[in-house]
Amino acid sequence: MFLETRPTVFHLILLLLGSLLLLFIIAPLARLMLATSSSELSGAFGDEELWSSIWLTLRAAGIATLIGSMFGIPLAYLLARARFPGRALVLGIIDLPIMIPHSAAGIALLAVIGRHSLAQKVSGPLGIQFVGEEAGIAVAMAFVSVPFLANAAREGFAAVPERLEKVARTLGATPSRVFFTISLPLAWRPILSGMVLMWARGISEFGAVIIIAYHPMTTPVLVFQRFNDYGLTYARVAAVVLILVCVVGFTILRFLTRPARREAK
Amino acid sequence: MTLVLESIQKRMGSFTLPNLDLEVKEGEYLVLVGPSGVGKTVLLEIIAGLLNPDSGNIFWRNRNVTSCAPERRGFGIMYQDYALFPHLTVFQNIVYGLNSRGLPRIDVKERAISAAEMVNIVPFLERLPDELSGGEKQRVALARALVVAPELLLLDEPLSAVDMHLRRRLQRELKRIQEQTGTTFVHVTHNVDEALTLGHRIGVMLDGHLRQIGPPEEIFRKPTDREVARFLGMRNIFAVRVGGQGFCEANGVKIHVGERPVPYRHIWIRPEEIILSREAFESSARNQFRCVVEDWDYQDILVRVVVALENLRLSVMITYKSFDKLGIDRGVELMATFKSSAVHCF
Repeated sequence: MFLETRPTVFHLILLLLGSLLLLFIIAPLARLMLATSSSELSGAFGDEELWSSIWLTLRAAGIATLIGSMFGIPLAYLLARARFPGRALVLGIIDLPIMIPHSAAGIALLAVIGRHSLAQKVSGPLGIQFVGEEAGIAVAMAFVSVPFLANAAREGFAAVPERLEKVARTLGATPSRVFFTISLPLAWRPILSGMVLMWARGISEFGAVIIIAYHPMTTPVLVFQRFNDYGLTYARVAAVVLILVCVVGFTILRFLTRPARREAK
Repeated sequence: MTLVLESIQKRMGSFTLPNLDLEVKEGEYLVLVGPSGVGKTVLLEIIAGLLNPDSGNIFWRNRNVTSCAPERRGFGIMYQDYALFPHLTVFQNIVYGLNSRGLPRIDVKERAISAAEMVNIVPFLERLPDELSGGEKQRVALARALVVAPELLLLDEPLSAVDMHLRRRLQRELKRIQEQTGTTFVHVTHNVDEALTLGHRIGVMLDGHLRQIGPPEEIFRKPTDREVARFLGMRNIFAVRVGGQGFCEANGVKIHVGERPVPYRHIWIRPEEIILSREAFESSARNQFRCVVEDWDYQDILVRVVVALENLRLSVMITYKSFDKLGIDRGVELMATFKSSAVHCF
């Protein structure tokens, strides 16, 4: 590390620029926290509307992540291993949801899961409704957040040396056994961290969600509604509580998925 | 023949395996030797079923296995980097293949232990691959490959990641294990010395072609062409003009070769068969020249001395002892002597 050598002017410039970026991230959040008094916060603990929206948000994002993983992990494995014409196109398609405006994504989704859509006609008899329902919220969250999982998982699989899989095949393992005993166990850390990212991105989604379902309200929608109806102070408490829940949650998850410390030889 | 490759072709990026035929005998130790990048690994992966050839057939005991999946072919492979499963202990690495084949638990343990004993890794069974030295990893990889009793084991540069002293020991061990198990080994390497030490037969691969295959003595004595000879590290190969009965001319130097079938265009004089001396001496050797030392360097346990006789540069291998005794240095004048039978014509 360069900190072990004498710092030069160049290093000081790097440090200065980096610090400014960190300040840019921390300052608004810190300002938000500090502006909220403890009495406001304790008042929020009795706010049932807020807590049920937080619970809904975490749950819907969780469902989105689990379902997204079920389809995203196999795709990621394929993309990490197979070379086929059009692979670059597939990679581009996966990144699309990150690029398009999320309100536009919501409109687009509405066309395929709306009240008169084919998806609704198929799932309706099974008791699944999308528009104005939790299932719809999860779909909106999944759409905008699945690239994070797919990309992280693909990179995770790509980092597993192909030779390990080849050796396993020659030792008599079928491709599915190789996947479950070699590839997946070796790539689980990046996959899990991709899942955490996907979940976090789902929780924070506003644009696509509000178009599919204004009610029931996820917390980002609730913050928006309170800001519109009652003003900044009232909205701020809800925002602070959601941020606190996320920071605590992700700190725990980061800790659980931290890279294993290599044992001394 | 146990394994027969018939007109195997493979294109991969800039690399091509143009049209390869190869036959491997039951229970033999075959070493394919060639410079890096001639597709030796690709060839092994094609044999193992890990890569599909573009065309051609692979027969195993007269059965066409070209489209047979690797897990059903039952050929083991061992890579240069050993490819141990890093998340599994040594024991779990070894039993991986046995479990994949659904063997009863009790047999698995027994066979794993006996494989570990064969390569002396019993004390490391509970360690992770990261905690092993290069030589230990190599043994684990060998045990893992052999425990499933493959009928054919493919070895891809298995000794190139260890230092020279260890390499010698592991070579002996590979040879012993191959003899002990009777498994057919196909080993690829860029190291000629390794090929000579290990192979019952040696195949020389240059630019995707199998240029020559045969027992080591034969390869060394009668390389099919100049490129094979050069690759095998054979110094002193010269283009010659055949000059009548019993001699030829290389760079203007007349060399006695004895009775030889003509035509031949090259000669090769083994560096070990040239004698250097301070003075001329009477002997049965037909070739004796005055020469000047141009250069020398250390080659493992010998010294290679390059001497110039007129326009001809000869490499001579001598021991350190002779090197000191002759007081060799650049510019020293010596006599170089060799018998006409030491000259190989091709």
